[in-house]
Amino acid sequence: MPGLTVEQIHQRLVEKFGDAVGPLSPPKKDPFCVFAVPRVRAICQFLKDDPALYFDFLEDLTATDHPKENLIRVVYHFYSYRHRHLFIAKVELNRTDPQVDSLEPLWKAANWMEREVFDLFGVVFRDHSDLRRILMPDDWVGNPLRKDYTEAGGYQGISNVRDNPLDLYLNMDRQVRAEQVAAQPPATATAAAPPTGAPKAEG
Amino acid sequence: MADQTTKDLKGYSHDPGASTALVTTSTNLIEDLINWSRRSSMFYLLFGLACCGIELMQTGGPRADLDRFGSVPRATPRQSDLMIVAGTLTYKMAIRCKLLYEQMAEPKYVISMGSCANCGGLFQLSYSVVKGVDKIIPVDVYVPGCPPRPEALTEGFLRVQELIKREKLKTKMRPKKPGTGAGYDLPEVA
Repeated sequence: MPGLTVEQIHQRLVEKFGDAVGPLSPPKKDPFCVFAVPRVRAICQFLKDDPALYFDFLEDLTATDHPKENLIRVVYHFYSYRHRHLFIAKVELNRTDPQVDSLEPLWKAANWMEREVFDLFGVVFRDHSDLRRILMPDDWVGNPLRKDYTEAGGYQGISNVRDNPLDLYLNMDRQVRAEQVAAQPPATATAAAPPTGAPKAEG
Repeated sequence: MADQTTKDLKGYSHDPGASTALVTTSTNLIEDLINWSRRSSMFYLLFGLACCGIELMQTGGPRADLDRFGSVPRATPRQSDLMIVAGTLTYKMAIRCKLLYEQMAEPKYVISMGSCANCGGLFQLSYSVVKGVDKIIPVDVYVPGCPPRPEALTEGFLRVQELIKREKLKTKMRPKKPGTGAGYDLPEVA
């Protein structure tokens, strides 16, 4: 059975859900559309169950951060092994309180990917069975892939500062020179002065 | 031709008289015996964290063959004398790394293998990477490289053997590093 084109899939979604499915983006490499946040679960259920669409594989789930627009965009890649077609969708979440329905009840593959987005972006997926950090330690502060992330300064007492080795060598060199000057008896300093003064007198 | 081959082999292989053989230089035979036995049976902990782990396996393999120095890999810290930290250490792993180090029995030695373990290396600016293994555990020998070749790691191992060879029984103690919790103080033996 031949797969549908992106336009056909989008047309079918618009017929079914109307305004909840945004317009298709300009045809670049991968055109996408934006889903309305409250309808995400219903649209995805339709994507999975409809025999003509039959997206049985959630290929990817990730997010991008846009501080200027105050948005976090969650990106979904759906793929159908039966029809061999692909569809890309996004949802736009408020950056201060990003929340969206989990897709884990539909595709088990969403479990870890949503945990990763939760870990690195702080997006809360409602109805997720086990929403904890997956990459960073449990007591980590902040969401590292947000654009305005600043490091907390080490972790559990481990410093995150390492001196430039060149500075270390420079300081060692200065210390050695200072010790040499301190160790030098004043008699040699006075003895060394006349030879430097003598050529000047001659010149 | 035969002479050339012999010469090459001799140049390539480590001179066993340097560190593996029992050479008595001091008057303290017990000290020499202990150091000799220690440096000739350095079991190392299999602790590959990243791509350096591949080179670590190569070093234990037949070509570089760390076994010829009496060093065999162990899968548990409790049977290990040497920890080779091979790869990028993240903060999450750092806690485990410290735990593994503390589970090893004294005397224990640490080789920091590769740029990542030495100072964070390529990933030094990352938010999740420890800026050097010596931030959490005391390191005896640093092996530079990204990753170091098996020959380089073998050289680092021989340096550890040299360290052990010079150890004095009466002053034997780990350097106590403030803030790391590693090392301990021994009463000074006269």
